[in-house]
Amino acid sequence: MQHNHILSYSIWLPILAGFAMLMMGSDCKANFTRWLALAFSLLAFAITLPLYTQFDFAKGAFQFEEMLPWIPSFNVNYHLGIDGISAPLILLTSFTTVIVVIAAWEVITKNIAQYMAAFLIMSGLMIGVFSALDGLLYYVFWEAMLIPMFLVIGIWGGENRVYATIKFFLYTLLGSLLMLVAFIYLYHQTGSFEISDYYQLPLSLKAQVLIFMAFFMAFAVKIPMWPVHTWLPDAHVEAPTGGSVVLAAIMLKLGGYSFLRFAMPIAPDAAHYLSSFMITLSLIAIVYIAFVALVQKDMKKLIAYSSISHMGFVTLGFFIFSQLGLEGAMVQMISHGFISAAMFLCVGVLYDRMHSRQIADYGGVVNTMPVFAAFAVLFAMANSGLPGTSGFVGEFMVILAAVKHNFWVGFLAATTLIFGAAYSLWMVKRVFYGDIANMHVADLKDINKREFLMLAILTIMVIGLGVYPKLITDFTHTSAIQWLSHMAVSKIPAAGL
Amino acid sequence: MQTIQIDLLTALPELIVLFMAMLILLTGLFTKNNIAIYVLAQLTLLAAAFFTVGTHTPAVGYAFTGMFVDDTLSDVLKLMIYLGTAMMFVYTRHYMQLRGMFRGEYYALVLFAVLGMMIMVSGQSMLTIYMGLELLSLCLYSLVALDRDNAKSSEAAMKYFVLGALASGMMLYGMSMIYGMTGSLNISEISSALQGALSDLQGPKNPMLILGLVFIVAGLAFKFGAVPFQMWVPDVYQGAPTAITMLIGSVPKFAAFAITIRLLAQGLQPLTGEWQNMLLIMAVLSIAIGNVTAIAQSNLKRMLAYSTISHIGFLLFGLMSGNLNGYASSMFYMTAYVLMTLAGFGMILLLSRKRFEADTLDDLKGLNQRSKLAAFMMLITMFSMAGVPPTIGFWAKFTVLQAAWQAGFGWAVVFAVLMAAVGAFYYLRIVKLMYFDAPKQTGAFNTPFDAPMDMQIVLSINALALLAFGLLPQTLMSICGAAIVRSLQ
Repeated sequence: MQHNHILSYSIWLPILAGFAMLMMGSDCKANFTRWLALAFSLLAFAITLPLYTQFDFAKGAFQFEEMLPWIPSFNVNYHLGIDGISAPLILLTSFTTVIVVIAAWEVITKNIAQYMAAFLIMSGLMIGVFSALDGLLYYVFWEAMLIPMFLVIGIWGGENRVYATIKFFLYTLLGSLLMLVAFIYLYHQTGSFEISDYYQLPLSLKAQVLIFMAFFMAFAVKIPMWPVHTWLPDAHVEAPTGGSVVLAAIMLKLGGYSFLRFAMPIAPDAAHYLSSFMITLSLIAIVYIAFVALVQKDMKKLIAYSSISHMGFVTLGFFIFSQLGLEGAMVQMISHGFISAAMFLCVGVLYDRMHSRQIADYGGVVNTMPVFAAFAVLFAMANSGLPGTSGFVGEFMVILAAVKHNFWVGFLAATTLIFGAAYSLWMVKRVFYGDIANMHVADLKDINKREFLMLAILTIMVIGLGVYPKLITDFTHTSAIQWLSHMAVSKIPAAGL
Repeated sequence: MQTIQIDLLTALPELIVLFMAMLILLTGLFTKNNIAIYVLAQLTLLAAAFFTVGTHTPAVGYAFTGMFVDDTLSDVLKLMIYLGTAMMFVYTRHYMQLRGMFRGEYYALVLFAVLGMMIMVSGQSMLTIYMGLELLSLCLYSLVALDRDNAKSSEAAMKYFVLGALASGMMLYGMSMIYGMTGSLNISEISSALQGALSDLQGPKNPMLILGLVFIVAGLAFKFGAVPFQMWVPDVYQGAPTAITMLIGSVPKFAAFAITIRLLAQGLQPLTGEWQNMLLIMAVLSIAIGNVTAIAQSNLKRMLAYSTISHIGFLLFGLMSGNLNGYASSMFYMTAYVLMTLAGFGMILLLSRKRFEADTLDDLKGLNQRSKLAAFMMLITMFSMAGVPPTIGFWAKFTVLQAAWQAGFGWAVVFAVLMAAVGAFYYLRIVKLMYFDAPKQTGAFNTPFDAPMDMQIVLSINALALLAFGLLPQTLMSICGAAIVRSLQ
């Protein structure tokens, strides 16, 4: 067992940095504040890198474990650790924070320090969610993360931000509170909050279904699955660009990750029992929400719906219970993290110039912003699953697994390659191609170095993972095997015991 | 002779407070130097704390022929009462100065109230408990009316007095019935009498016994402000001067908690099955009505009054579990609640000016633009009240809910959890006002705070404590657990 504290540093460094920002930064020293935030975020990213370099890919068990008693009265421990499922997500989190800081550079002009601090703190809390191995510790991180996001949408958001942010908070809170009840139940069954104890706990099918549903309420809202997805388009539309990026790139993944870590392994029989229900919900998200995306007039809303549709692939991959499907879902989560972040940044670039997100206000942008258009078209292609980009790999793996599972499930999932292309490319066509629509578009200036930098980094990631997805599957392979073998064993106590 | 000395020594903190309260009352007549009185009052609390700690033993000690008890529970609760009162003195000094209420009798009355609470906390006989309760109540009634030219305050005091007297009467009536059935006023004797004679009294089905229990529970519920005895809470909270509202909403709840433990958990312990159900109904109703009604309020003090009602509901969840785990949870909840209440009302006091009460929700608009620190403190307080981690409010809710779950009230827990989500809405609305809205453009609003530095510092520590205890709640949980276990086992 390694005795280092990389996970603790990864969590607490950005959080403390955030509080330092609150104290040191101010709008009078705007540039200083920005550079400070960038330095902190780069440091926070650098500190998570050993999670890749020192990661033991052959090991299925948890690594980088840390364990301290936290609240002995309730047997709550400060227990951290990661496996192949959470490690890539942590790296994605710290990476995205850097992008968000760069993206906010000239855009955020009021309360800069608070903005940057919110994202740094959020990043630490999200890493905490991904690495907590104690139910209550996890819950604390999970809920605490809502506070900075609530403020980010509410302070720096658009017109209708108050409605959107309160809806976001209450939706998520309601789901999480039911999860808390599930934890209390499990605590009284096992006398601890250790996830590993929960994995071993035998439970009747009825208890498993109830627990699964309680977790489902929390995670389905977060992912979000149809029909509890309605907060997401509102939150995305009103959030500032950075908020949308973090929301799409990481927060949605928290729901997916938590299914793998909690709901399914704790209640494996319920997961099998309800799998057709979950697959149905996923397919509705994939197909129906894709249609909804098609008719959107607002670019951010369109991408928000496309996120829901893509996350449908993730849940579909989970509930097929095959190696390919699970790894595909993992790749899809990471890939969607980069692609959706890139798409929201592209909308942000346009919004900063035109202060409109309506597709109808644009047209012929390629004439005035050629470099930017090249990036945007690439990301839209990736979003619709073009081979060679990371978007393709995950979707393809999940579709393959789905066809093996049941031809029609696979068929319906595969339609996304058409619909995804339809809504992404149709939007690109209307925004970027054609004649210059109006004077405002004619006055547009192409992206500056900062914007080029952030889009270029994301391009490298999207294409890199598209060409060499082994970067992620290396991580996930062993853990996925172990996860599936755990899921294959029933936890229902034998009759008579 | 020897016994009297031991008795007096046991009650030394009470005697100090009593003596000093009278001294302050007299000094107030002869001096205009009110700061001296303020310092004297703070020193009184300090001295009382010193002797409470100094005479502390882990064992349970009795005095005055068993009417007075000195155990860990009473010592811990007394220390919390001193601390809460001292903080309240710091927060209210400036406010009272500006409103001409910075006088000797204010401090004397509060100290007498503290004495009442101390007697309640140490009451081992129904008579002692009732005596302490009345001393506390009378002081609170007159404190509400302290601003005597204010019609609203006088009205609130009147309401408080009439309803409070009714509740005291009910409680006394219940006590007399229990006395009639058991032949004793002493808590432990009642308990053993009930234990031994349950069969002779046809078990818990004896109507007189149940009637007595109902009256006692009703009286306690009134003091807590639990539904359906909550009518006085919003009116008194809104009508009383903010400083007094802060007092009513905070420390006396410790005393109410203590007498509930003494009466229900110790004295009427054999009837646990009966009062559990009564508390369950009150708890569920309090959470529901408190949270839903709070949404409709536009006055901050009134909103906090309804929020108090819902907090009391959660507190009852711990009490109704009927076991040590539950009582310890309740005590932890109570401590968290008092800390949050002090911070919340402290913020209202911080924002108020001469001839201006910052007690409507609109007064908080744009606080983040006026003072980032103040807004952040209020943010922590609000999220703590809503029970969002990583604040103490979350652990408070968690502990009582798990206790109730353990006692088999599963569905009530699910209900409470759903209601907590409803409750989150109005706390979020305050955060929204502070952070998302622009400040009101009236004169009083753009001046910096004129509150003294000591108040700002203590208030900041208070709010940060909500966060600190949220990150490391173990110490406080251990203290509450030890107090309950040592005193009740």
